[in-house]
Amino acid sequence: MQTLQRTPLHARHVAAGARMVPFAGWEMPVQYHGVIPEHRAVRADCGVFDVSHMGQVEVEGPRAHEFLQSLLANDLDRIGPGGAQYTLLTNEHGGIVDDLIAYKRDESRYLLIVNAGNKAAAVRWLEEREIPGSDVRDVSDDYALLAVQGPRTSERLGLPEAAAFTFADADIDGIACMVARTGYTGESGVELMTMAEEAEALWDRVVERSAEPCGLGARDTLRLEVCYPLHGNDITSETDPISAGLGWVCALDKEFTGVDVLRRVKERGPEHRLVAFVMLDRAIPRQGMAIVEPPGKVTSGTMSPMLDRGIGMGYVPSEHAAPDSEITIDVRDRKRVAQIVKKPIYVAPRSEER
Amino acid sequence: MSTETYPDDLRYNPEHDWARIEGGEAALGITWFAQDQLGELVHYEPPEEGASVKTGESYGEVESVKAVSDLIAPLSGEVIAVNQKVVDEPETVNDDPYGEGWLIRIRLTDPSEADSLLDVAAYRNVLAE
Repeated sequence: MQTLQRTPLHARHVAAGARMVPFAGWEMPVQYHGVIPEHRAVRADCGVFDVSHMGQVEVEGPRAHEFLQSLLANDLDRIGPGGAQYTLLTNEHGGIVDDLIAYKRDESRYLLIVNAGNKAAAVRWLEEREIPGSDVRDVSDDYALLAVQGPRTSERLGLPEAAAFTFADADIDGIACMVARTGYTGESGVELMTMAEEAEALWDRVVERSAEPCGLGARDTLRLEVCYPLHGNDITSETDPISAGLGWVCALDKEFTGVDVLRRVKERGPEHRLVAFVMLDRAIPRQGMAIVEPPGKVTSGTMSPMLDRGIGMGYVPSEHAAPDSEITIDVRDRKRVAQIVKKPIYVAPRSEER
Repeated sequence: MSTETYPDDLRYNPEHDWARIEGGEAALGITWFAQDQLGELVHYEPPEEGASVKTGESYGEVESVKAVSDLIAPLSGEVIAVNQKVVDEPETVNDDPYGEGWLIRIRLTDPSEADSLLDVAAYRNVLAE
């Protein structure tokens, strides 16, 4: 028996009639009115997710930059103050401890937003490697995080347009927050970090501005349509980023944990690759199902609300990983055929085409 | 979406499946509670016509975006019809779980099995537990 943690917005979710489920040690809303309408709201307009279960870790000090450069796969020299970067915490075997976004306030002040289920492992990983001049602090309990996502997000929130992967301090209807142009849906949008005690007020203002409350169900279908990996499913401490198609996140020209292994994988070519696929047969692939031809494994699967078809990702031998190749999946003892497609599975139309 | 109802002319099993018995045949489906728990259905994996189904055993599956659920036969028999409308538009079950959203029709092998099914009052007790 484990007690589930609750976000500062728990009462709001219950009042809105959300179905609450356990997720990574937290009691979280999986849906309010339905995964499919919530998914469509984000693709067409604007939705809001409570992602306060995610971890916030501050890394500060004169040597913060040097410290993180030695542990994170992406190159923090590629961004300036006010810039954000998708990156990976890698282990000595080139496996992925966590995937995260690093926010650079300046070279001595970084914020890392890590996965809820990996927070303890990520914080421990960082703390065990701390160096003098760089201080790691888990500040997750101090903050709430709302992801407001969809093509009309800026308009709904009255925010100016801004480039993706930037952030700034701002206020929304008088509530101070950090506004980051990041997200996990493939749509434009923002993530709003505010003090935990302001969470309910911010949620109310965002919902009043017509953002549709969305649960973790839609968060998963949205991210899978655009092939964003989920740690624990598609990437793990046992899988490497090159095989997962995350080579672009790995600055192999700098030194960081596991880089020598990754250079070798890159040079030889990975044995397996994480591919995206769309079902040709009528069936819904699910995490853990076997790919029987060629031999592999489904790491994520769902029904795509936009394509109205089963979609997924999984590892297959590299020689069988080309787009348009067919694969056969064992769907509860039935053989079902899918076709490998180029990532992402779903491409959002440009704004003028909506 | 439909509103919560449990017709009193149906028989139920505790796994939230219903049967509408008509002479030697029965239509089978899932209850309002079952579809509400699953959310919008996006896939129906039916048995083949001519297959036999056995009381208490799975005869097919329904899936929502997040979940898969076995269909547990409340009665034994031979499948004489599959509702193709639900295969093509699984959300029909959400809209009308006892009417258009029926799943299969079977020819009963042992009509006396109906005696061990729940009537609506007994099924409501299962839901209240």
